[in-house]
Amino acid sequence: MEILYIMIPLGLVLVAIGLWAFFWATGSGQFDDLDSPGWTVLEDDKAPPPDTADHKDPPG
Amino acid sequence: MSAAATPCYHCGEPMPRGLVLHARIAGREEPVCCHGCKAVAEFITGAGLGDYYRYRDASSTRADEPPRPDRWAAYDRPELVERLTRAEANGARSITVLLEGLRCAACSWLADKALSLQSGVLDVSVNPATARARLVWDPQKVRLGDLLRVLEHVGLRPHPLAGEPSEQLALLERRDALKRLAVAGFGNMQVMMFAVPLYFGAASGMDPGMREYMRLVSMLVSIPVALYAGWPFYLGAWHALRARSISMDVPVSLGIVLAFVASVWNALTGHGDVYFDSVTMFVFFLGLGRYIEMIARHRAGSVADALARLAPMTARRMRGDLAEDVQAVELAPGDELVVRSGEVLAADGEVLEGDGRVDESMLTGESAAVPKPPGARVHQGTHNLGAPLRVRVTAVAGNTVLSGIVALLERAQAERPRLAKAADRAAAWFLGRILIGAAIVFAVWWYVDPSRAFSATLAVLVVTCPCALSLATPTALAAATAALARRGVLVAHTDAIETLSKATHVLWDKTGTLTRGLVRVEDVRMFGATTAQQALALAASLEQLSEHPIARAFAASGVPAERASDVEVRAGLGLEGAVAERRLRIGTRSFALGLHAADASEALAAPAPTPDDGTGESWVYLGDATGLLAAFRLTDPLRAEASACVAGLAALGLPSEVVSGDEAAAVARIAARCGIERYAARLTPEDKLARLKALQADGAVVVAVGDGINDAPLLRGADVAVAMGRGSALAQTSADLILVRESLEDLPHTVALARRTQRVIRQNLGWSIGYNLAALPLAALGLVPPWLAAIGMSLSSVVVVLNAMRLSRGTTPQRRPGWPADTQAEAA
Repeated sequence: MEILYIMIPLGLVLVAIGLWAFFWATGSGQFDDLDSPGWTVLEDDKAPPPDTADHKDPPG
Repeated sequence: MSAAATPCYHCGEPMPRGLVLHARIAGREEPVCCHGCKAVAEFITGAGLGDYYRYRDASSTRADEPPRPDRWAAYDRPELVERLTRAEANGARSITVLLEGLRCAACSWLADKALSLQSGVLDVSVNPATARARLVWDPQKVRLGDLLRVLEHVGLRPHPLAGEPSEQLALLERRDALKRLAVAGFGNMQVMMFAVPLYFGAASGMDPGMREYMRLVSMLVSIPVALYAGWPFYLGAWHALRARSISMDVPVSLGIVLAFVASVWNALTGHGDVYFDSVTMFVFFLGLGRYIEMIARHRAGSVADALARLAPMTARRMRGDLAEDVQAVELAPGDELVVRSGEVLAADGEVLEGDGRVDESMLTGESAAVPKPPGARVHQGTHNLGAPLRVRVTAVAGNTVLSGIVALLERAQAERPRLAKAADRAAAWFLGRILIGAAIVFAVWWYVDPSRAFSATLAVLVVTCPCALSLATPTALAAATAALARRGVLVAHTDAIETLSKATHVLWDKTGTLTRGLVRVEDVRMFGATTAQQALALAASLEQLSEHPIARAFAASGVPAERASDVEVRAGLGLEGAVAERRLRIGTRSFALGLHAADASEALAAPAPTPDDGTGESWVYLGDATGLLAAFRLTDPLRAEASACVAGLAALGLPSEVVSGDEAAAVARIAARCGIERYAARLTPEDKLARLKALQADGAVVVAVGDGINDAPLLRGADVAVAMGRGSALAQTSADLILVRESLEDLPHTVALARRTQRVIRQNLGWSIGYNLAALPLAALGLVPPWLAAIGMSLSSVVVVLNAMRLSRGTTPQRRPGWPADTQAEAA
């Protein structure tokens, strides 16, 4: 059981690293939007439409 | 007609009858309900963004009118844009834009894609949680006005927010709360891991050194949880105490501090029990509840945002004979403004020139546009539907009618009798009992054995406070909130669940709440060879120059209008004009028949449509020289589920009453159709608030349902405020509950769930307090071995959590509505 005297501090170090990583991720905006990034993988890699200029001419 | 069965391809609303309108999408003809939706759908697919329709999980907002590119002309002027936006590196500019109609992740994908396709756009970040987008662009390559036009073309109406530090603050607040929550969560997991060997070690015998070690490690992990994660509670308690009141934060902080201090003391001295597991669990669950609540609140938006949507940021000021675009804040009384058709007024003023019609529904709730001849007063935030107006500014900024409503709103909030106080009373009551109990225990022990008095008193405080409070109430509220979010009911203030369970009356707004808030052509009847399509086209052609709401109904019906000439308005009767050399009249029945040369008897013999059946609809007739051609039924349709909702609420013991700013006849008809006996018409926001106060003075607990700006004071003053998902932002800001799906049938269900939640909370509190009261003396007398106490404690918590989880069952899982999605994801 003496091994716990080493294992527990080691575990706490890992927790600290995990927390640091979480803080870093939060600070860099990783959790600001949990929804829309999921959609980008569904999107087909299409070439941009040939005529982007038509954005400036309102249809109708 | 087959199109009548399929909903609009873009907005999902049912197709108006007697109308065929299609958008060409990927080579196929898809039905759309109006020209606005047609333009938006064709633009989206034309830009290669058709995937939007595959991914979205909520219908888009009805576009109503086609985009109006000239609305953004002011944002094309570089010197104005410079003042409204922030400078970024390399000469780029940035601005935050609120996107009306952003409802789901697919919408934000669409906004992102559509903007990214523009050259000159450097960065776009769209946040569906707050419906805001931050744009960074190169002013040398693209104009801000063009970017705003693109957003409008994809059906998301942009509202540029100048400065906007509040958005940044909200973001930082969310991040901060998330970090504290993570510390509490990680800490709680670790401490639990050490608590298990401590409990079982106590039962089976444990090396004392190892026991000390485990306790000290638990303490080490708990320190950041108690100090960092628990900090907002202490701050809240401190503010409450300084204001000489007791909020929920006070007993919460007391529980955390006492349990933590006692545990630290015991861990350091090696005597007594430690409660680090309770402390961390307490902080984590409370923090989780607060976090979810905060997300919902941010979603609902702030008053500042709401005002940003209402009052435009720019105005056209006359300098001599030249019109110039200026910022609204630069206006001063005495300035002359030009307000073009379709524009929103930036200040209060007096009409100098022009004969416009102004939609004041956001202030008065009246659906019909008000004529504004020279000399008439016009107000900030109202919408000019008619001819251009020249207006002399009489009041700006803090002195306008609109800001008066905001002030009223703040006063109503300050005076609210409400929950906040009820919750405080409950907290004070609870705190009082615990302190009295602890004092008795201390006195008794002081008499019996002074050396153990301190630890025994702490044990009582620690065991009663966290266990009852940390699990019983928050778990039930969290389960209820999640169950409601799945149905599309967003809870902005969880206290509302408690008040809702005690509600006695419901006050309804009419327009936009009981009704859909849009005048539409509901039915077309033909008298002769003319088809419905032709009749609609003729009517739309005649009406295209009119600003009356009825004209908007025809424009929204989406048939192409032809050129009309010699159109004359006959006040109170209708319009007369020529379309393709054919004289036509549209208006009342006798007026439309007036062109008919034949004798009156034949005219009267024309088949009459069924007269107004008391449903709040009106008929408009179209006629030419041969007699009547068609009759159109126009309605502001009652929501299909309105009467079922009123009946459901009545079955729960909640009588309904309509308070409306609209005309008495219209209110009476709608009330009758919903089965509501009491109603009041032509009420100002102050009158509505007075009616509410009168009810509350009689001891009623009032639920108010509304959607407009004019309802905002009513909502603020109500015990529980319910806003519609598509209602104005100001109404949502005041609301406790938001019906995202705009389905009124959710309301009786919510009331029923609130009552079940209260029952579950009472059961949980009874169970946990009862368990602790029973277990504590037994344990103190040494009758319960520690292992049994540990199992009992855990089982007690499990029972409470399982009981709370019953609330999330029994609600049929619905197709997930678009926007509470992120709330769920973050709650999970």
